Amino acid sequence: MGRFTEYSVVGRTLPTESDPAPKLYRMRIFAPNEVVAKSRYWYYLRQLKKAKKANGEIVAINVIHEAKPLKVKNFAIWLRYDSRSGTHNMVKEFRALSRAEAVEAMYQDMAARHRARFRNVQILRVAEIEKKDDIRRPYIKQLLEPGLKFPLPHRRTTSKAWYAASRPSTWA
Amino acid sequence: MHPGTGRLKRQSTFKRFVEVGRVVLVNDGPSAGKLAVIVEIIDHNRALIDGPTTSVPRQAFPYRNLILTPYTLANLPRAAGSGPLKKALEKAGVLEKWEQSGWAKKLAARQTRKNSSDFDRFQVQLAKKSRRDLVRKAYVKEKKASA
Repeated sequence: MGRFTEYSVVGRTLPTESDPAPKLYRMRIFAPNEVVAKSRYWYYLRQLKKAKKANGEIVAINVIHEAKPLKVKNFAIWLRYDSRSGTHNMVKEFRALSRAEAVEAMYQDMAARHRARFRNVQILRVAEIEKKDDIRRPYIKQLLEPGLKFPLPHRRTTSKAWYAASRPSTWA
Repeated sequence: MHPGTGRLKRQSTFKRFVEVGRVVLVNDGPSAGKLAVIVEIIDHNRALIDGPTTSVPRQAFPYRNLILTPYTLANLPRAAGSGPLKKALEKAGVLEKWEQSGWAKKLAARQTRKNSSDFDRFQVQLAKKSRRDLVRKAYVKEKKASA
């Protein structure tokens, strides 16, 4: 799955004589495009309510933009995923500039560590962690240390040319 | 335990660190070749950089495409805005120091060489020839005088 966008999808079942004004349901969905977003909407809605695409309609689909896309934030993502042997719940933390970026990192991480694909992962909640003390994972905590600094050892410069006249130096 | 590896915090052998306030040279993308400053460390791969004096937009950038320079802005707070950053840059005089450095001069020379036309290179060739000629003549003259 490519770059993610956050969509707000609103839909309902088609009006009938017995129910002329059906209830609207809104979801915040992370998807690479609108088509996938709408598909995910129906997937979740038919699990939660007695509604499906065949007798329903999408009322609105809008992109939710990040309010502050240049501020580094800490996000917690609650998720549920189907592994090869069962279903698991998880909380993962990410440092990113936007919610969509954090979700993208989460899918990559799930694919890498658990071989879980997009279709096997359900996002339950994405929330920014405002307070430093609420951060649970040490891999995010270590990045918030005051006066953090580290070197970049063993740097590999990639030559633009096909052949290099000399071996690359890898020290800083 | 070896002497020198005690409880005392040993100084690192590295001289340049990824840290808030570190001046970096952007090595890729539309801002390639421009100076920027690490404003905040995002994670182990990326930092938020900003270059208000060199027109590098504030953005996340991977360390892979950044080169750390020896300059730092001391006491720059985490996630400083473009305004305060600009002031700190001007106060530290980073840009002047950079332009006088051999590294920047070498990059600039490489750039002019790259942008030169065939005629420019021909002129350089002629100039070099005449310089060689002068040097040779002066050398011969000196040699005769001393002999």
